Order: sequence, then C-alpha cells, then structure tokens
Amino acid sequence: MMARSIAMTIEQVAVRFGGLVAISDMSFEVGEGEIVSLIGPNGAGKTTAFNVMTGFLTPSAGRVTYRNTALAGLKPHEIADLGLIRTFQRTSVFPNDTVYDNLMIGLHRRGRVRLLDAILGLPGARASERRLRQRASELLEWVGLERRAHDAAGSLSYGEQRLVGVALALAAQPSMLLLDEPVSGMNASETHRFVELIRGIRDRGITILLVEHDMPMVMTVSDRIVVLNYGRIIAEGAPEVIRNDPAVIEAYLGHGAGRA
Amino acid sequence: MKAIVTILAVAALGSVPLWLRDPYLLNALITTGIFVIGAMSLNLLLGFTGQLSLGHIAFFGIGAYVSALTSLGFDIGLPGGFRLVHAPWPPIVGFVLAILIAGLCGYFVGLLSFRVRGAYFVIVTISFAEVVRLVALNWVELTQGPLALTNIPSIALPLPGFGELTLRTKFHNYYLVLVVALIAYLLIARLVHSHFGRAMRGLMENETLAVSVGIDVTRTLTIAAVISAAIAGAAGSLYAHYIRIIDPEVFAFINTVTMVIMVISGGKGSLAGPVVGGLIFGLLPVALRPVMAPEAQWIAYGGVLIAILFVLPRGIVPSLAQRFMRRRSGAPALAPVTLTETSAKEPA
Repeated sequence: MMARSIAMTIEQVAVRFGGLVAISDMSFEVGEGEIVSLIGPNGAGKTTAFNVMTGFLTPSAGRVTYRNTALAGLKPHEIADLGLIRTFQRTSVFPNDTVYDNLMIGLHRRGRVRLLDAILGLPGARASERRLRQRASELLEWVGLERRAHDAAGSLSYGEQRLVGVALALAAQPSMLLLDEPVSGMNASETHRFVELIRGIRDRGITILLVEHDMPMVMTVSDRIVVLNYGRIIAEGAPEVIRNDPAVIEAYLGHGAGRA
Repeated sequence: MKAIVTILAVAALGSVPLWLRDPYLLNALITTGIFVIGAMSLNLLLGFTGQLSLGHIAFFGIGAYVSALTSLGFDIGLPGGFRLVHAPWPPIVGFVLAILIAGLCGYFVGLLSFRVRGAYFVIVTISFAEVVRLVALNWVELTQGPLALTNIPSIALPLPGFGELTLRTKFHNYYLVLVVALIAYLLIARLVHSHFGRAMRGLMENETLAVSVGIDVTRTLTIAAVISAAIAGAAGSLYAHYIRIIDPEVFAFINTVTMVIMVISGGKGSLAGPVVGGLIFGLLPVALRPVMAPEAQWIAYGGVLIAILFVLPRGIVPSLAQRFMRRRSGAPALAPVTLTETSAKEPA
C-alpha cells in the first residue's frame, strides 16, 4: 500500500454553515486502486465531505486535489470529467426512465458527439449510439439487472435502485468512485453481493471511497478506514487497527462494539 | 406501428389542399400550422427540459419582424447623425436571418436566466417578450409602431433554371408551412433521441444526479433554448410572409398562452403532442364560430382544455399511448409515478 501513488489528497478542509461547523479540519489521502471507507456517527460530516470532493459544496478552507488537479472552483460536471464520480444516498436514479435508459443517460461522457452529427444522423453518431447501447447492456449484465432493463427505475426495490445508481456511476467512466451509503436498505445477501461488486470494480482499476454505516461490510471490504467524528478525523488505519482503537470504540462504536 | 401512424398522418396532411377548396378553412389550417411549429419549439423547452418559457412569442415575433424588415428594407437614424439604410433583400434571406437572430436571442435569454432557472426563467422570458413588444411599438422609424409593417412580400423559392416561384396562394403556403413543420418535427425528434436529448431528460428528472455523471446544465439548457428560439423564429417568419402585415400585437401574451395550451393539452414531452393539441386548439375557433359568439368561444376554449386535462391528465398523446400499450401487453403497464403528474383514476 505504501508504494501506491496518491489519487486524491484532502488537505485541511473545513466546512462551516454559518456558526455550525460541519467539518473542522480534515486531511487524508486515498491511493490509486485503494478501497477507503469514511465512517463516523450520523452528522459526523461524511456526506458533507463527499459534497466538497465532488464540487457540490465549496469548502470554507483547505483544498482537495485529484490526480494533481486542484478541484477548487470546478463545477460538479467538470469534476465528473476528471473521472471522479459519486453516487447519492437517496436520489440515485432517474425514476421515470427505464433502467436501460438510466444507463444511457449515465453514458453521457462517453457518448458526446457533435450536435449536428446527431441531428443529421451521420454514421459517426450512429456508431456512437450503437456502442452506447452495447455498453449499457454490458453494465446491466454486470450488476445483474438484465431482467429489469425495461422497468421504470423508480419502480424497483430500494436495493435494486442502489445497483442502478452504481451502474449509472460506472457508466460515467470513473477512475475514482465515491459511494454514499451504497448498502443502506439492502438485506444481508444483497449486501454480500454488493461487496463482491465493489471488489470487481476495484479490480478494474477504479479507486473507491466509501461512506457506510454497515460496520461488518466496511470491515470486510476496506483496505483502510478513516473515522470522522464531530467534523474531525479521530482515527485512520487498517480495519483491524480501527476495530481495536479505543478512541473509535469510545466515540463511535460505543459499548458492545466488539461484535463488529 | 409508430412509423405507419406517422406516414398516414403526413399523407393525410399532405392531401388536404387537393380536396379542400374552402379558402377560409385552408387559411385556418395554415395559421394553425404556423402556431403548431411555435408550439413544437415551446415543447422542446417545456416538455424536454421542464423550463417554462412564458415569453416564447418574443422569439416568434422577432422572427416575424426580422424577416419582414429584411425583405422590406428600412432607413433609420443612428446616434451621431449616421443613417442605416437597408435595401430590400429576398424574403428567403429574411427567413434565414429570422432563424439566426431568434436563435441568438434564445442564447442570451438562456444564458441570463438558466443560472437561476425555475420561476426566474419564467419571469425573464415574460419580461423579455414585453420589452421586445415595447421596442416594436415605440421604435416607429424602424417598425412603424402601431401602424404596422405592411405589404410584406411573399416568400419566393429560387428554382434553378426556372427563375423563382413566389408562394402567393394558400395552396403554396400550406405546403410551405407543412414542409417547415416536418423539418422542425424531425429536427426535434433527432435531438431528443440523441445523447443531447438524454442529457435534457436527465436534467429534468434529477438534476443533481445528471450533473454528477458529467452533464453540463448551462450548456445543455442554453442549446435547447437556442434551438427552440430558432424554430419559433422560423414560424414567425412564415407568419409575416403569409399574413403580410405585422404589428406589435404579435407579441401579445395571449399568443404565448395559446402555444402553452397546445403543448399541455397535446402532451408535453411527447413529440406528437403539440401537433395534436395545436390542431385541436387551432381549429376549435373555426368549428365554434358558426355556433357561438366570440365571448362564448373563449369560455368553450377553456372548457375543452379543462375537460381534456381532466380525462387525460398527462395530455392527449402520452395518455392515449399509455392506454394503447397497456391493452396490447395485456398486463397493466407500470406507469411512471411522479409527484407532479398524478394519474387520474384509470378504469381497471
């Protein structure tokens, strides 16, 4: 892990909403190809951190760098163009479109052709459409939702919608994926499959930063864990280190955490 | 199936002047056709990006004035004692300029307002239409103000080897409008089925998510506004050269409302919606005229709109298409559920 090059650097990031301090001082790094989890009790600032990293929120102080590009001042779609793609806790699909069309929308970055070519239906634009359809089908198969391809995404179960959300994010060609509570609402077997999926994504060379409450899942899947509490990092390290860190047990896991 | 319906519809529309000799009805069809083009352009914004342009008639009117002034010529004084004199150009050039300048206006309005969007866009578009109307009313030297621009020449098509064909008759103009409408329809269809159309749909359904997969909001919406405004400008140009007289009343708010009604009743977000809604509400006055007074017509107009939206809440085309699909598949199709479009009770 030490030899890995750094994908993302978060340096002394602070976020304040008026008098409320969401993140007071956060610094950590994520290596290329690593699976890092960001954990902490509700309100610890995890989603806020995600919003800063993906340009949905401007930090009050500090900086985020992805592959040597400073993200300050970039709009979310520009950050997406760097290959930094996120999922969302709740709104992870385009509800009125079919699952298949969701992925077609997600393939936007890959499908850019000149507008005039698309209007005139030139061969280049047609070939691009064929490639997109092919890719959408592959992704569907990969997350195991082929059977649901023509159902409206909003009609799927919560767990399935999560999968669509991940497939959508993958469609956007990430080099780093930020997953915001991806297994919330999933049952044990769905979670188990999802862990396999995350490993599969990493095996494709995609770096993963995960925010999650499901401790067994986090402990299983992560290379490294960063623990946030009251907007500060209180511990950082491999799962077995975090599991036994007294500060974490005290502040986050509470009594009886030995089970995790 | 869809292709057959389309071909039959085009063939039916194309055959009308061959058997319909009543000039009054043909005139109603031509003006309706022009407004249908306007409604289609409005639908591109309202139906596919969710942005309501309540000043859409501004682009239509700008197209009309640009085209008329290009073909009539003008001579105006500029600050500093200069004069700008423009000799008349062929109307077909006016048609092209109308499209370009209306599109340019769409670009600026889009750029200004899409940073804030929603209600702001509605307000900016209304204000824009009102400002343009006031300019048309008060810049008398250019526009003749309330005296109207008159004697606007008909469009003449250059035919290589045969000189040119001046489209003076209703017969000619009907086909001109039909061809422009078909091109506009095809253009919009291609657009919404391309990656660009998917970007628009994504933005309308879940903007945050759309942005996170790399869709540029401002760029997407601005392009939609430019194309929408350009098509409206084309419709305005057709209007100017067909009616051959325009005054600032072309910018009246009621004209925008008419287009909105056409889109909503036919079904926003459906390609055929504005055509169906447009034909119904464009021809309704013709149907009602023999049987009721003008005041009563407006009431009937409103009644029909309410009735349509009560029975077919998503508009005629999407609602009927959904029922048709359901009957064919045998099982109830899962209707997409949204917060804004709650379906009325459907017969089981």
